[in-house]
Amino acid sequence: MTRVYVPADSSALACGAEAVARAITAEAAKRGTPVELVRNGSRGLMWLEPLVEVVTPAGRMGYGPVGAGDVPALFEAGFLQGAFHPLNVGIVDRHPWLAGQERLCFSRMGVIDPLSFDDYAAHEGWAGLRAAAAMKPAEIVAAVTESGLRGRGGAAFPTGIKWKTVLDTPADRKYVVCNADEGDSGTFSDRMTMEGDPFMLIEGMAIAALATGATQGYVYCRSEYPHAEHTFVKALAIARERGVLGEDMLGTGRAFHLELRRGAGAYICGEETSLLESLEGKRGLVRFKPPVPAVSGLFGKPTVVNNVITFASLPLILQKGAAFYRDYGRGRSRGTLPIQLAGNIRRGGLVEKAFGVTLRELLHDWGGGSASGRPIRAVQVGGPLGAYMPESQFDTPLDYEAFASIGAMVGHGGMVVFDDTVDMARMARYAMEFCAIESCGKCTPCRIGSTRGTEVIDRILAGRDRAADTRLLEDLCETMVQGSLCALGGMTPYPVLSALKHFPEDFGLHRLPAAA
Amino acid sequence: MNESASRYVAGVLARLKHEPGALLPILHAIQDELGHVPPAAVPAIADALNLSRAEVHGVVSFYHHFRSSPPGRHVVQVCRAEACQAMGGEALAAGLRQQLGIDFHQTTADGRVTLEPMYCLGQCACAPAALVDGEVHGRLSGDRAAQLIAALE
Repeated sequence: MTRVYVPADSSALACGAEAVARAITAEAAKRGTPVELVRNGSRGLMWLEPLVEVVTPAGRMGYGPVGAGDVPALFEAGFLQGAFHPLNVGIVDRHPWLAGQERLCFSRMGVIDPLSFDDYAAHEGWAGLRAAAAMKPAEIVAAVTESGLRGRGGAAFPTGIKWKTVLDTPADRKYVVCNADEGDSGTFSDRMTMEGDPFMLIEGMAIAALATGATQGYVYCRSEYPHAEHTFVKALAIARERGVLGEDMLGTGRAFHLELRRGAGAYICGEETSLLESLEGKRGLVRFKPPVPAVSGLFGKPTVVNNVITFASLPLILQKGAAFYRDYGRGRSRGTLPIQLAGNIRRGGLVEKAFGVTLRELLHDWGGGSASGRPIRAVQVGGPLGAYMPESQFDTPLDYEAFASIGAMVGHGGMVVFDDTVDMARMARYAMEFCAIESCGKCTPCRIGSTRGTEVIDRILAGRDRAADTRLLEDLCETMVQGSLCALGGMTPYPVLSALKHFPEDFGLHRLPAAA
Repeated sequence: MNESASRYVAGVLARLKHEPGALLPILHAIQDELGHVPPAAVPAIADALNLSRAEVHGVVSFYHHFRSSPPGRHVVQVCRAEACQAMGGEALAAGLRQQLGIDFHQTTADGRVTLEPMYCLGQCACAPAALVDGEVHGRLSGDRAAQLIAALE
């Protein structure tokens, strides 16, 4: 029986994958040629979704983007034998878009059945956890430190150092919390992981539990991700049944319980202390630091809080060793990053590359330019708090320090592309407006500054006294950067000021002559 | 709250009140079933968790996801975040507001549709995106969105 893969990733579903799956089942029944339908995650070639794959002796042959109406013609053309059809994209593994990547973390993405425990195990699953189970906690922490892994949520704090603090803080109870509140526009790697390779996240969190002595974990998943929640909750049940989670984790004699908690539409809960408040059943107000969560986190206990991709990077590090991972990347940015190409881009999707790749390579070699065919004018990297980068900065290598040095940030690796029809003053105003909507209200620079920010931008655009209002906006931004309690108020000025600096004409201001 | 809603809330409280940090799971369970968190349920929730009513109300009102009044028969949630804006999301949203004759956070007078903004559905490479009664749609053209809305009973 021919095996056919139709993704159940929510982006594929958003483009009609469910209707395609039904059409394939119906057409196969009509023709009396039974097929084995597997609902995989997405390979990340989002512009080809729904991407249907057929297993052939030569490999998995891809067809995309397939609409339900294309299905009879695909059968007619002999796609079950991998035959040619205008939608044929060749053997997917050899597709240049995929073959040029360094898929370490996302090696199984779209390849396996996300909810098959055995499929996961057959693709090197649980090898990292087994390796960790044979190590002392301090050895695991040392390996993570040596790998150079830094927090992939955006703050890029060295993971091993955070874990060492949790390990070294005595307590009767410790927690591992996964930040799956992926609220940055342009990012979807956490979502893909939970939908397409959920056991990888479970394995990473279990390793963190072994390393720090935690016995209870929570995945805080945003309410905007119902498909991710649905798949991940099923994966948790399977992992409990198969003895990975529970009183005796993989026969180690150590307990680790893990459950999913749903967020409730507050962007601020992606900030770790706000997330912890929310998990405790409170308003998501940011906490003062110190104490850091590694010392006093959830319910006042030492807590590892890491992003989905940070946890997902760990199984491989433990399986293949710190040096294997550290050998990828450049400078102090080690390993790979699952980069997300989004917005106005012709070939959007997920590109996992070692640090060092340039924006230009990503936008043109992978992205193929804008979706509209017009020139790319600006790219916002790192979510709503990331700077808008103009064409002159597209040769910046992907590297936490290189980005920071030009006032930008890598963040969670999302890149939102805009063509030359974008109004950058409007995007700057939106950044302030978004901050006002999502501010938790605890600190004044963020709570009041964001509203005043939208007003000042409106005044600049009205054009009564542009020079004075621009100075006022810059001053306000300085106050927000210096005085806010967390990154929401503290970094909203980045998109605002970068838009003002690189695209002053959109604000009705004159472009300054290039610095000598 | 009618009697069956009260019974449902009591059941949820009995089942979840001993969970650590139980308030959000409780509010979700109530809204998943009743479509909103009825203000009349707040005293019972507060009592079960040994919180003040103000604290419970504060949590309900803090989170964009929770509603204190019932939505329309259908809920349309349009993404307003940057990636969708880069692909014409604002024009899409403007078209829907015009078609429905309402603004965000409002319900049509006949109770048919509630329109809400969302800030990222994670469909950023298939923008613009929207949820219609929880079903996700990507690469939405204005025409396609108008058809989806027109088809709602």
